[in-house]
This record gives sequence, C-alpha cells and structure tokens, in this order.
Amino acid sequence: MSDIDTADPEIAPIKRPARWHILVFLAPAFLVYTAIMILPLIETLRLSLYNLVDGETVFVGLANFITLFSDPRLAANFWNALGNNLIFFVIHMLVQNPIGIALAAMLSVSKLRFATFYRTAIFVPTLLSFVIVGFIWKLILSPIWGIAPGMMDWVGLKWMFAPWLGKPESALITVSLISVWQYVGIPMMLIYAALLNIPDEVLEAAECDGITGWSQFWKIKLPLILPSIGIISILTFVGNFNAFDLIYTVQGALAGPDGSTDILGTLLYRTFFGFQNQMGDRSMGATIATVMFLIILAGVSLYLFVIQRRMRRYQF
Amino acid sequence: MAKARASYLRSGLIHLALISYTLIALFPVFLTLVNSFKTRNAIFREPMAIPTPSTFSLVGYETVLKQGDFIGYFQNSLIVTVVSIAFVLLFGAMAAFALSEYRFRGNLLMGLYLALGIMIPIRLGTVAILQGMVAAGLVNTLTALVLVYTAQGLPLAIFILSEFMRTVSDDLKNAGRIDGLSEYAIFFRLVLPLVRPAMATVAVFTMIPIWNDLWFPLILAPGEATKTVTLGAQMFIGQFVTNWNAVLSALSLAILPVLVLYVIFSRQLIRGITSGAVK
Repeated sequence: MSDIDTADPEIAPIKRPARWHILVFLAPAFLVYTAIMILPLIETLRLSLYNLVDGETVFVGLANFITLFSDPRLAANFWNALGNNLIFFVIHMLVQNPIGIALAAMLSVSKLRFATFYRTAIFVPTLLSFVIVGFIWKLILSPIWGIAPGMMDWVGLKWMFAPWLGKPESALITVSLISVWQYVGIPMMLIYAALLNIPDEVLEAAECDGITGWSQFWKIKLPLILPSIGIISILTFVGNFNAFDLIYTVQGALAGPDGSTDILGTLLYRTFFGFQNQMGDRSMGATIATVMFLIILAGVSLYLFVIQRRMRRYQF
Repeated sequence: MAKARASYLRSGLIHLALISYTLIALFPVFLTLVNSFKTRNAIFREPMAIPTPSTFSLVGYETVLKQGDFIGYFQNSLIVTVVSIAFVLLFGAMAAFALSEYRFRGNLLMGLYLALGIMIPIRLGTVAILQGMVAAGLVNTLTALVLVYTAQGLPLAIFILSEFMRTVSDDLKNAGRIDGLSEYAIFFRLVLPLVRPAMATVAVFTMIPIWNDLWFPLILAPGEATKTVTLGAQMFIGQFVTNWNAVLSALSLAILPVLVLYVIFSRQLIRGITSGAVK
C-alpha cells in the first residue's frame, strides 16, 4: 500500500495499468457470438414489424402480432401450439427431472458397483439424433411390427395397447415421453456432478447425528443441489420451447394427427418456410419467432431475477 | 447384523432400479442393431431374436453402402463436430475466465449478454444467417456449419465454465501472480488444467446438439459433398421407408460413430467427475 493510495484513494484505479488481457480473453467469443447469433436475431425481431405490401417491405408496427392473435385460422393454430407446448414442458418437468434426480441419487451411493456402466448406458439415448430416436420409436410403437403389443402381451397388458402416436388424445403424451426417454441423461449428469461435489465431511457429520439414507437425501443433499435443480429446470424450459426436431421426425411438419402434437417450433417452421399448399411467410414467421423469444425471455427472467436470487448457495 | 442386511437389501434395490432403467435406455438401440443383421422375414417374424445363421443377412448394409456415401458423411460430421468443440472450449473458457476472475466495468452486463444465447435458439435467426452466409460465399461449406455451431455452443459453455472457475481457489491464482506468472500463464497453466473435468462436461453437452442437428445442414450445407450423417440418414430413410433392412442398417450406421465418440469423451468425463478436481 503506497502513500499516494492512502492519501487519495479516488485516483488509485486510474493509475492501474490498462488490463488488455481482459479484452483478449473476451474478444473471440464476443465477436463470433455477436456476428453469428445476436445480429441475425435482431434482424429477425426487426422483420416481425415489417410486412410485404404490394411487393414492397413496409413498416407495419404491431399489425403482424394483431393478425397472429386474432386471425381466425392463425390464432387457432397459435393457441393450440402454445397449449401443447405447455403440456410438453409440464410432462418433462414431472417425469424427466425427477427420474434424472433419482438416477443420480442412486448412482452417487458410495461404493456402488457398476456405477460407471449404468451412467454410461443411461446417457446413450441422449447422444442419438432425433432422426434415429424418432424412427426407432415409430417402429417400436408401430402396430405393423408389433414390438410394443408383443411385449405388453408378456405382462398381460395387450388389451391396453393402442397406436398411441396415431391418436390425437395420446400422441402428444407419447411424443413427450419419447423426448423424456432421450433427454433424461442430462439432468442425471448435472445432478450427479453436483452430488459428488458435496464434501464427505458434511455427510459424515450428518451420519454422526444419525441422519442417514432417505432423510440424509431430503435434509442434506437436496438443499445442497437446489441450484443445480434450478439450472436443469431452466434448461428444460428453454429446450422445450425451442423443440422442433423430434416432432418433425416422428409426426412430420404438420404435427399430426390433426395438429395434436403441434408446438411452437413446428408452427414456426410451417409458417416460415411453407408446407404443401401453404405459402411461406417470412414476416409471419418472424412474428412467431418473436413471440417464442418473448416467452423464453419471460421464463428465463423469472429464473434469473426471482428464483435464483432466493436460492442459497453454499461454499465449501 | 441387521444393519448389514438392510444395507444389502438397499443396494440390491438400487441395482434393480438401475438395471431396469438401463434396459429401458438401451433396448431400442439393441433392437435396431440386432434387426439390422437379419433377413426381412426374420425382422417381422422374430423381432426380438438374436440373428442365427439361417436368419443372418447383410442385405440392408449392402443397400446403404451402394446408395449413399456414408463414409463421406461421417467424415463431414466428425470434422464439423470436433472443430466446433475445439473453438467452443477455447473461446468459452477464455471468456468464462475473464468474467469470473476480473472485476471490470460492464462485467455483469457482458455476462448477461453472453448468457442470452442459452435461452435464444439460434434458429430464430436462420433467415438472416442464411443471407449472411450467401453474402460471404460460405453456403455449402463446412466452415458455415462450424461458425454457426461455435456461436451456438459458446453461451452454455461460458455459463457452465464460469460457474466452475469461481470454485478455483483464489490463493492458488494469487500465489501464481506473486511468482510472476502473467495473466495468460495463470489461465493456461493453472486454471485450465483444474477445470478440465468441467471442459469434458461442456464438450459432451456441446457435441450432442451439433452431431444431431438436422436444421442447419439442411439449410446451409445440403450439397452432396458437405452432407452430415444426420442429414444423410434422414434423406436415406425418406427414400427407403418400406425397405426395413436398409432403414435399420442406416440407423445402425448412424448410431455407431456416436457411440465410439462417446466412449472416447466419456472416459475423460468420468475421470474428470470422479478425480475430485471439481470438488
């Protein structure tokens, strides 16, 4: 601590040498990200305020949004897709994340044999592409091949079998569960890493106090992994509201039967690029993209500014 | 004694649950691989059976290899994935270090700006990206895909890596500074080795969406010379829907390299998680 610093603390920061290394560390990521991601996105948001009038692109304000929410045909499609998307998300939160946490909790039991094998195997579906996953499950659930009815016959449940993907009332749930099957590995891995991060001393202290097994999980481990659960929840939310591929490969761009599996991603695709006798509409596509953007922004803001702030973090 | 028995029971139940889920996870993959080696009749009559000499057949693979350039597709996917991951890890770790290590004006703002990309699907900007690639003459090149995937992977990488970098002890870095290491040396020689496990995690999370992406190859690089495996398999399946041998073989061929890549990366991932460096 020099004399000048103590004499006049306000000018001290100015005397610090320029820290160019911060710029060097940030520049590559910043440049690539801005050029390829942010600028095109801004351009898309801008397009939602324009439309073609007599072959010319004209500023129309919020007219596109008014059309989207009130035009009889478009609005019906939009609200249907939004509702389906919410169901899709709720199923993931209720099925995928609890299973992921349970698997991670079991894997992290100390001295468990074959833990590496289980972990590696359970993560495999997550690595497969939607093309593969969609097609495999289509084959398995197909009444023609008869894998699913055959297996249900073994356990005496054949009467329950139905072509789930072909029925409007069950198609969305079936597709959601396929997606859960594919992605359960991600919450499992994140929670598993978080559980391993809990110091042994904490668990030993708990054992000394007689807290073991189930109550140890609920009282000690769960509060400690809450930040990771927050992260997987927000990742699930974002992933679900961008989803497109699986539905596209399993049910096609029309998201049949009868639009029952249509979510915002497939609606955007059809509107943006056109499908069959429907013309592609760039402005309307940009409008739907903007709405998706706002929904995701709202969810993420809720997480960042409300949920994450209230969560306690523990430093060891 | 009663306690020991209870713990046997408990680990038995855990194994039972994990084995059941492992079966659920692997069964569809197993089914595809097994049936790709059978004759058409056997696929339908005995879908669950292992191929026997009388039902063994490679006719599906012959069709696939005759019809499409799958080796070329693999090569494209591999190049795109590996190069993108390398960029994401390097650039992402550098930015994460800057954000987690230094206090500077705009730090929080920069962090939020870079985190925006976690929630915004890069697809929403597709039309503008396509326009840009056309203007730069990058359509139908692997470079276009690498650029897009690098931008796509960076936000999550920065987010995860900066969480991990906050856990690296300040004493260690300050000791390095006192020993006269430059900030670059501290990053590359002290911090980077310590967050290697986190880097492996990020690599796996980055790899999956890149390898599996259908959208950008279809729009930016649909040419025969730049087709990726996912796009190639999708188009092949579209053409051969009723030829089950060929479809199952194509699916198997698309699965195998992913599994190999995963085994390579998962060793690093598992070593990282279990080595305790993250603790």
